[in-house]
Amino acid sequence: MPIQVLTIARFALLEALRTRLPLLAAGAFAFVWAGSLFIHQIAITESDRMQWSFYAAGSRLASVVMLALYITSSMVREFTEKGLDLLLALDLPRSNYILGKLGGFIGVAVLLALLAAAPMVSSIPLPVCLVWAAALFFELAIVAALSLFCIVTLSQVMPAVVLVLAFYLLARSITAVRLLSETALLGELSEARPLLAFGVDALAAVVPALDRFAVTGWIAERAVDANVLGPIALQSAIFVALLLAAALFDFYRKEL
Amino acid sequence: MARGAVRPRVPRAVVAGVIVCALLQIVFSLAQPKPLARASELDPPPSGPALALMQGFEPLPFAHLLTLYLQSFDNQPGISIPYRDLNYERVAQWLLTALRLDPTSQYPLLMATQLYAQVPDPARSRYMLELAYRQFLADPNRRWRWLAHGAIMAKHRLKDLPLALKYAGAIAERSPEAPAWARQMHIFLLEDMGELDSARILLGGLLAGGQVSDAHERILLLESLERIKAAENSAGATKK
Repeated sequence: MPIQVLTIARFALLEALRTRLPLLAAGAFAFVWAGSLFIHQIAITESDRMQWSFYAAGSRLASVVMLALYITSSMVREFTEKGLDLLLALDLPRSNYILGKLGGFIGVAVLLALLAAAPMVSSIPLPVCLVWAAALFFELAIVAALSLFCIVTLSQVMPAVVLVLAFYLLARSITAVRLLSETALLGELSEARPLLAFGVDALAAVVPALDRFAVTGWIAERAVDANVLGPIALQSAIFVALLLAAALFDFYRKEL
Repeated sequence: MARGAVRPRVPRAVVAGVIVCALLQIVFSLAQPKPLARASELDPPPSGPALALMQGFEPLPFAHLLTLYLQSFDNQPGISIPYRDLNYERVAQWLLTALRLDPTSQYPLLMATQLYAQVPDPARSRYMLELAYRQFLADPNRRWRWLAHGAIMAKHRLKDLPLALKYAGAIAERSPEAPAWARQMHIFLLEDMGELDSARILLGGLLAGGQVSDAHERILLLESLERIKAAENSAGATKK
């Protein structure tokens, strides 16, 4: 890997540390934890189960939102402050810039996943916490690549973040949407049903099923088979590569 | 501030505007009617596509939120609704929805038997115990404790020994992982009902079958068997 990629990745990670992202993330997770403590206090049974499943679901969502906002705003600042123009005026291929940035953001994803899992270590078995954190990292890696692609394409924070969150919600519910399209819950659709089923199947082919990633049930049941990580890692690698290719395609077409 | 620099002044119109607007806000708030505590009906739980999406998106936290919402529904702002005034069919729908989202949770059945079945209205208590019984049948090894509680309630509060026997018999029949006291409950209920013959046969079978390994438990059951036999003999002597 060219040294330039590693340098850009290092500076992307440094930027996250110096803009106090870890502190902000710790604050957000502490807020979610406080909410989970409230749940623990009002529950009359299974208090621990409810507390940690609420925390796991809340911190997962908070990590995704923080990462998407951080990446889009950081990239936009680089666009507007002309730092990007300066970098590309050097002898630096555009692909190295994108690769480096993605590397740095994936480093941020590792940090967020570990921070999110840390409070659970006191109550949940360590192997379960580690598998959950690893699955969350793979999910965040996809969110990082998606945010990078959206900001390179759209260049503005608002539309990019909305697109990332909409895609994320779709990916989290795609399995449910597929099941729904096959049941009678949607009412009488007659000839439209095969069309709907085909449309949903086509959508499911291009959207990763994120509902299989950091499953809250693992935390609630305090048990998980580490083998689940294999397909998750593979899905994450494939989709990150796809998003990276798409971001590069758009970035090479961009006129600075 | 540097010496001689002119301190920027806020125009008087702006200051006046702030004061007037603040006063307007206070007057507007005071003019609003006081909030009245009003009990609202329990709405139906999420169903259809909404429930399917919850199931696919994040079932456990949604199940927990549903149970906590239901649990706190009797305490609405400024008003407390007695359980007996709740629509029990609706409550049952909420409990079943929560169970559907999180089938391993004990919470909904605890609420059914320990909260909603405790009202001083036998019909409503029976309704909730029946719900616990039906859900017990779906997962007897995990949900036996709520039926055991139901059997005790049926015996002591509802004074309905056949109902208690039905619940206790179901535990004995379907919950091999339940502790011995729960699986033996139906024998003592039979004794209470005067069905001494059946109780003696079941107890004798239990002891002869080798299912009881604990020495203390064996002694206790043998004593019970002797007591039943003595009661049978004295009943027989009275008849003669």
